[in-house]
Amino acid sequence: MKSKILLLLLIPVILLASCAKKAEPKAMAKAFTVGLVTDVGGIDDKSFNQGTWEGVKAFADEMKLSVDKDVKYLQSTAEADYLPNLSAFADQKMDLIVAPGFLFNNAMLEAATKYPNQKFLIIDSVVADKDGKNIANVANAVFAANEGSFLAGAAAGLKAKADGKKVVGYVGGMEFPLIQSFQAGFEQGVAAVFPECKILVDYVGNFTDAGKGQALAAKQFGAGAYVIFQVAGGAGNGVIKEAKERQAKADVRWAIGVDKDQYNDGVFADGKSAVLTSMMKRVDNAAKDVATLAMNGKFPGGTVTVYSLANNGVGLPATNPNLSDDIVKQVQGYADQIKAGTLKVAEMPTKK
Amino acid sequence: MNILYTMIPMALAYATPLIIAALGGLFSERAGIVNIALEGIMMIGGFTAAAVTVVLEPLTPMAGYYGLLAGVAAGTVYSLLHAFASVNLKADQVISGTAVNILAGGLTIYLAQIIFHQQRTRSFQTGLGKFSFPVLGDIPVIGPLLFKDVYPTFWIAIILIALTWFVIFKTPFGLRLRACGEHPQAAASMGISVMAYRYYGVMISGAFAGLAGGALVLTQDIQYSAASIHGAGFIALACLIFGKWNPFGVMGAGIFFGFSQALSLYAKDIPFLANIPLEFFYLLPYALTVIALIVFSGKAVGPRAAGEIYDAGKR
Repeated sequence: MKSKILLLLLIPVILLASCAKKAEPKAMAKAFTVGLVTDVGGIDDKSFNQGTWEGVKAFADEMKLSVDKDVKYLQSTAEADYLPNLSAFADQKMDLIVAPGFLFNNAMLEAATKYPNQKFLIIDSVVADKDGKNIANVANAVFAANEGSFLAGAAAGLKAKADGKKVVGYVGGMEFPLIQSFQAGFEQGVAAVFPECKILVDYVGNFTDAGKGQALAAKQFGAGAYVIFQVAGGAGNGVIKEAKERQAKADVRWAIGVDKDQYNDGVFADGKSAVLTSMMKRVDNAAKDVATLAMNGKFPGGTVTVYSLANNGVGLPATNPNLSDDIVKQVQGYADQIKAGTLKVAEMPTKK
Repeated sequence: MNILYTMIPMALAYATPLIIAALGGLFSERAGIVNIALEGIMMIGGFTAAAVTVVLEPLTPMAGYYGLLAGVAAGTVYSLLHAFASVNLKADQVISGTAVNILAGGLTIYLAQIIFHQQRTRSFQTGLGKFSFPVLGDIPVIGPLLFKDVYPTFWIAIILIALTWFVIFKTPFGLRLRACGEHPQAAASMGISVMAYRYYGVMISGAFAGLAGGALVLTQDIQYSAASIHGAGFIALACLIFGKWNPFGVMGAGIFFGFSQALSLYAKDIPFLANIPLEFFYLLPYALTVIALIVFSGKAVGPRAAGEIYDAGKR
């Protein structure tokens, strides 16, 4: 009986293992090749994987490389696929192997050690060995999320002030430094334009549970929040859903998107959107930039490149239909100050 | 007090799919078939409901309700797998249920890939919206808690509780169904087709679990994805045991678990709980599930023949 259950549980494991995509090794001529390994979110996650892939494709377009032949991706269906997928690209001697997100830290450390002659790029994280030293053949692209979040905070604060509201909210995924830097920037941005405004803060505890994200949004909206900045991936979609549901019933509340321009995710009726604006991490720019550097022999291996407001690594979308021109102008003013270095944005929230 | 006004509706929203799925499990187990396939059937129901809603949404404002109906139909059909394996083939019901669960996870994502070209359904715009009862919503205290801005699925669940109680305990059908779960050989000796009743039991549980999956996805998510159901089917099973295979017990257990989930969101705002690390509250619903089962399992007695393979010759 017990062994039967065990066997039954083993079947899918064996099946999965045998179906795992193994890209065939093929000798490439001279074309520069880029391979992207996605995390379990998949290539169409409307977020990091998709954004990075768009950057890689933009790079291919510019360099006249063929998509699927010179630049391609492998999807991971489980965390256990990360290392095999990275290794598959390394075995093919791809010129640059890209992976988005901190989930890849361990797998990439292992792959980079095993294939010291291959070039790797990790997006939005830093790969380091046991002693905390960077790896010579890994480029690290990180984002000054606090700077972009400051702008989101300023936009939220100005919007609340303009409409006579006194509370805004922040819903994060998990409480660790990377996500806390969003909170820090947001809080500072709100405080800069509207010091009396109250800021509610909640963390979902994961990046997947949209139901819980929505419940937390309902809670914050219930406590009077007018705008909520969500930094919670899939769970954050629940925040947008709650804002949409309320707007559809003429209870005007706003959500602020993250990572990508989420305006379209907030559309509820007549083409109106409940997404006020979005704090974008331009993973596409970062991927394209590092790929171009690598192609020109200037691969930034072993270093950490910060993509900030100054080099278009973060920022609000070019168009914000839900923000008045006046707010856009004021936010732009803060952006210029941050770019010029006259305004410093904190990286950790001040403890209360 | 203000906290309670937002917390109670939230707890009820969380409880709704749990209660509906557990009622489904009740029909199945009362007929003598252990149904740990609830989770998988919920996935199928949730996926179908989400897919149908997405497709119909541009055409009709009732899309969410058609989605629910489609979820019910899909759940019923899918549950036939479990019924066939455990009734006709006399497979071990736990193993059959496990297989059905594993299959559902893969099948839904596979279908999503074919239909929507991604590993989840497209996201729907509203799903099932909340609504308010015109007059009842204005009653002080109870109005805002039960009748204002509630999901229609909550009231569907309430109706199903009463209906289940009536069918199981007050109709000949219910009596026969229970007989098949207590002592199938005795039932058979009175001319009842045990196989047919076990099929009814599993199919009704499939319909309920399909509805529950649809209710969960359409009210608590924006699309169906692999993580949408996240163990609700198993918590529903715990509700069934905790509620002692009785519809009203199931309701109480469901609300209890719903409350523990809502509490995990609000703990931070309740003064004397605020100093406990957040992670503790994340695990609270699951810890309470385990504790409740340990405390009550000793006295919980289910249908006697549940899980037993029907052997007409056994005396």
